Amino acid sequence: MNETSPPMLRPELVCPAGTPASLRTAVDAGADAVYCGFKNATNARNFPGLNFTPEELETAVAYAHERGTKVLLAINTNPPAGLVDLWKSAIDQSAALGVDAVILADIGVADYAARKYPDLRLHLSVQAAASTPEALNYYCQEFGIKRVVLPRILTIPEIKEIKAQIPCEIETFIFGNHGLMVEGRCSLTNYATGVSTNYDGVCSPASQVKYVEDANNNLSTQLGDFTIDCFSCNENAGYPTICKGRYVSNARDQAYYAFEEPISLNLSRLLPDLIEAGVSALKIEGRQRSKAYVHKVVSAFSKAVDDVMVGGKPDITSLVALTEGNKETQGAFQSKRWR
Amino acid sequence: MTAKLTIGPILFHWPTEKQLEFYARIADEAPVDTVYLGEVICSKRSAFMVQHYDMIAERLKRGGKKVVYSTLSEVLIKRDRKDIKGVCDIQGEEEVEANDASALFHLSGKPHRLGPWMNVYNEDTLKFLAAKGAYHASLPAELYKDSIAVLGEAAKKLGVALEVQVFGRIPLALSARCYHARAHQLSKDNCQFVCEKDPDGMLLNTLGGQQFLAINGIQTLSDTYLNLTGELEELQAMGVSYFRLSPHSNDMVETANVFNRLIEGQIDAAEATSLIQATGDVEPFSNGFYHHQPGHKWSTAS
Repeated sequence: MNETSPPMLRPELVCPAGTPASLRTAVDAGADAVYCGFKNATNARNFPGLNFTPEELETAVAYAHERGTKVLLAINTNPPAGLVDLWKSAIDQSAALGVDAVILADIGVADYAARKYPDLRLHLSVQAAASTPEALNYYCQEFGIKRVVLPRILTIPEIKEIKAQIPCEIETFIFGNHGLMVEGRCSLTNYATGVSTNYDGVCSPASQVKYVEDANNNLSTQLGDFTIDCFSCNENAGYPTICKGRYVSNARDQAYYAFEEPISLNLSRLLPDLIEAGVSALKIEGRQRSKAYVHKVVSAFSKAVDDVMVGGKPDITSLVALTEGNKETQGAFQSKRWR
Repeated sequence: MTAKLTIGPILFHWPTEKQLEFYARIADEAPVDTVYLGEVICSKRSAFMVQHYDMIAERLKRGGKKVVYSTLSEVLIKRDRKDIKGVCDIQGEEEVEANDASALFHLSGKPHRLGPWMNVYNEDTLKFLAAKGAYHASLPAELYKDSIAVLGEAAKKLGVALEVQVFGRIPLALSARCYHARAHQLSKDNCQFVCEKDPDGMLLNTLGGQQFLAINGIQTLSDTYLNLTGELEELQAMGVSYFRLSPHSNDMVETANVFNRLIEGQIDAAEATSLIQATGDVEPFSNGFYHHQPGHKWSTAS
């Protein structure tokens, strides 16, 4: 018997559910868990047309539970002082509706949930930006956190080292939008638009996006008062997200992607390493995506995890077409050189 | 209580000599109550200054200033974790400001300050952390007036002092990636400390030529300089008693003098602003966050 490594445990595939319809799609496509939010600022994807009313969530929980899928509810923004009741009522509703866990970031909200609902399972959101054993242990000790979603800034060896020093499960993002800033520590959108990612749950709001074409058919994309990128007629104009824009600095001769180019995270090739590092849950980003997208990604990853668990190689060719501009990255996970 | 001024930690990678000169002048000449010391952005820079802090702190204390040691805002690798523990270990002898939950882990249950990266957005968070030993909190830059007012009430009841940044480029984001290294086509591990070229950050302009952001290693700041001279009185009335001046390469002693005269009622906000303009290259100004507007906006009292 091989005594070097323990058997790999099958990780939970945690899938996005922006709407009741995509929740059903994700459940049917093989999600072990889905995550969603209420239709307000209590979650970090507070976009028009997305998310759930309490009634919709009740129906969704029943649908998921009948099929053995867990429902995780993101209440992962920071209430600004004076408005905390909205977040408390989101916690109350989650407990009443029997969700399997709530995903939290704010210390005040976590304290409320832990004290009032000691049986409610708490996950720490990526928005808490906890990236060390000490930070994670702090949240585990204070609030009884059962799982942490790690910021997308760590390498796999670093994740493995953290796992050995904390008492709870680890969830990592494996696919989807690849935000460059540490979540929960970014006010760029608010600086340009007046709505906050941390307390309004909004990044690059569509209501403040403009596409402006000049006489030469160059299309510039703007957020608030600022040009984020500019595309000539043979390029596809991307959605203006500040950390994926092109800018001018005196360190470069030409405009460049100062933070990162439009690119998607795709860790499918690293699945065996993530599982070996002790990651318990694999998260797919994309609550704003279509049902068709959710179906394709969830099916592909469900199959990929099956393959990895029997020692095979994950087949990911179908996923590349779904990445942003067909460009993909392994971000910080693969190597420190990314930094 | 009369409001007091503080000098925040130097966010940029200034040469050691420049930092020593800066703190010597602050110690001897600036009318400030408290000075925060420590590298809060990049642990790679810590090595340059760490051996000088005892001497700087002594000089500042001789000049009648309180000294507070600030911890790193983003903690990733072993060296960062060791730095944090090292700073937190001096709690008891010196005051310490936590900027991340790793520091809270070490400081919880002992008296400590909360830095602007601690995400104290609301009264419940403040109350929880006060019960664990926090006696002073610097609020996140993006908080707006109505919320600061509620926090002011809560802080009074809890006996916690509140601090708000009133001058300097606004910290907007942190990343694991070093954007200074990226701009110079280097990696973070082999960065050659190119961030030293830009004592107030490296400007990023839009393709339309508009000034937008400033890069400081892994940190992104506003291009605009926060200027809350016009809001100072209201902030005081709401219970904010400490005003943070974030160091830049303009004349910071004069900047502190101007704010001091404003607090003492010798000049008004308009005069203060024109005097601050004369301290160096510190424009455009902004105060949008406070007014619940886009952060880059600037408006003066109507």
